[in-house]
Amino acid sequence: MRRVDISKHELVPKHEVLSEEEAKKLLEELNISRGQLPKILKNDPMVQKIKAKVGDIIKITRKSKTAGESVYYRVVVNE
Amino acid sequence: MYLSEEEIVERIAELKDKLPSSLYNDLERELRRVKITEEDLKKVVAEVLRRYEFAKVEPGEAVGIVAAQSMGEPSTQMTMRTFHYAGVAELNVTLGLPRIIEIVDARKKPSTPMMTIYLEEEYAQDREKAEQVAREIETLYVRDVLEKSEIDLVNSRVNLYLDEYELRRKKLGVEDIVAKLKSIKGVEIEENGNVISLTLSNPTIKDLRKLANRVADLHLRGIKDITRVVLRKEEKEYVIYTEGSNLKDVLKIEGVDVTRTKTNDIMEIQRVLGIEAARNAIINEIQDTLNEQGLIVDVRHLMLVADMMTVDGTVKAIGRHGVSGEKASVLARAAFEITVDHLLQAAVTGEYDELEGIVENVIVGRPVKLGTGMVELVMRRELEESKEAV
Repeated sequence: MRRVDISKHELVPKHEVLSEEEAKKLLEELNISRGQLPKILKNDPMVQKIKAKVGDIIKITRKSKTAGESVYYRVVVNE
Repeated sequence: MYLSEEEIVERIAELKDKLPSSLYNDLERELRRVKITEEDLKKVVAEVLRRYEFAKVEPGEAVGIVAAQSMGEPSTQMTMRTFHYAGVAELNVTLGLPRIIEIVDARKKPSTPMMTIYLEEEYAQDREKAEQVAREIETLYVRDVLEKSEIDLVNSRVNLYLDEYELRRKKLGVEDIVAKLKSIKGVEIEENGNVISLTLSNPTIKDLRKLANRVADLHLRGIKDITRVVLRKEEKEYVIYTEGSNLKDVLKIEGVDVTRTKTNDIMEIQRVLGIEAARNAIINEIQDTLNEQGLIVDVRHLMLVADMMTVDGTVKAIGRHGVSGEKASVLARAAFEITVDHLLQAAVTGEYDELEGIVENVIVGRPVKLGTGMVELVMRRELEESKEAV
C-alpha cells in the first residue's frame, strides 16, 4: 500500500499557515477577532498535513468558478 | 500614439489587486489584441472598474434569501424520478430532488454511495491493466464464486462446488481459495477438481451449517464496502465506476489517479480530504444534480450554501439540526421550527435575545437590518445649529 498525498487532489485547494505577523495584520485589516473567522478542525486531514496548531490561521487559496482565484481564511480549533 | 503591449500591461498592473483574477486575465487578453491610445485605455479601465463595482452585491443585500429562492424554484420543477440508469453500466444512482435533499441534509451516508475512479496514464489506456485494478478493488467473497455448497450428512462434511466460469472471469484458481480457507481453524481441506470438501472432527449438524455459512462469507480480495465494479471506456480513457464507496482505501491502490478519483459521499470526503474538499464536493454535487435535470442555477448561490454548511469545520445540515437550529437568537429559532420547545427552553434557561437578526425584528415590529435598514442616521449637531443661526 502506498502513501497518498491528499493535497494533490483536485478538490483540495492550497492551504498555508499564516505567520504571526501576517495573522495580526489580517485581523487588523478585517477588524475582527480570531473567533469570528470560519473554523477548521485540528484533526482535519489538511491541517495535519501542514502541521498547523490550534489557533493558527490558515490561508486557503481556492480555485473559484467565478473569480478565478479567491482567498479564504479559517482558524484552527479543537472541536 | 498607440501603446505597445508592454505599456498596456504595465498600465493595468495596478488593477490586479482591485479585480478578481479571472476578470483581470480577460481584460489583459483582450487589451493585448487591440490598438489603443493612453487616453482610451484610461477610459476602458475606468469603465471596467465602474461595471465591476456595479455588479458587486451591495451591503445589506439578503443573499441567503436570494440563494434559497434561486435553488428552491428550479427544485419544484425537478422530476421526482429517483433512479437513473447511467448508460450501459446500469449503476443506479440517486438523482434529482432526493439527491439534493440528501446533500443539503448532510446525511451520514448517501442512499447510493458511488465512486468514480480515474486511473493513472499507463493504466487508463490499457484495458488489461485497467481490469487488473478493477479486480483489485471489487470485494469478492467465496459465495461469489460458488456454484453451490452442500452439507454431506453421510460423511459429515461440507462440499463446495466452485463455479469454473466465475473463477476464470475473476482470474482465480482453486488453490487461491484453498489458501484462504486455511485461515479457518480445525478444518481439514480436501481438493478434488472443482470441489473442495471441508471436514470437521465430530461435528454436529449445527456446526456444519455454521461452517457452510462462514465459508460463504469469507473475504477473498478487494476493498471493503465496494460491492460492484464497472469498467467503462470514456472518451480517451478507461474509468472505473463502483457501487459502494471507500475513498481512503481506493486511493492507496496502485494505478489509481489520486488527483481526480472521487466519491459522492460528502462526509467521507470530509474525513479523507478535509473540510475544504467537502465544500467543493457539495458545490459540484448540487450543480451536477441540477444540470443533469437541465436546470441552471448560478454557482454563487451554491457556493453560499456550501460555505454556510462548512463554516464551523464540519459539514452540517441546512435546517433544524444544522444551520437554522444553531442560530444565536431564540426568536429566530422559534420562528423556524418546533416553536414551543425553543421558547420553553429559552424561558427555563433565561436566554437573552439581542434582537440583531432579521426574523427577531420582524416579530417585534422594528425596522429590519437589511438593505436600506442597515444604515442608521446620526444628525450632525453643528450643521443643524449653523442652519438655525441663518
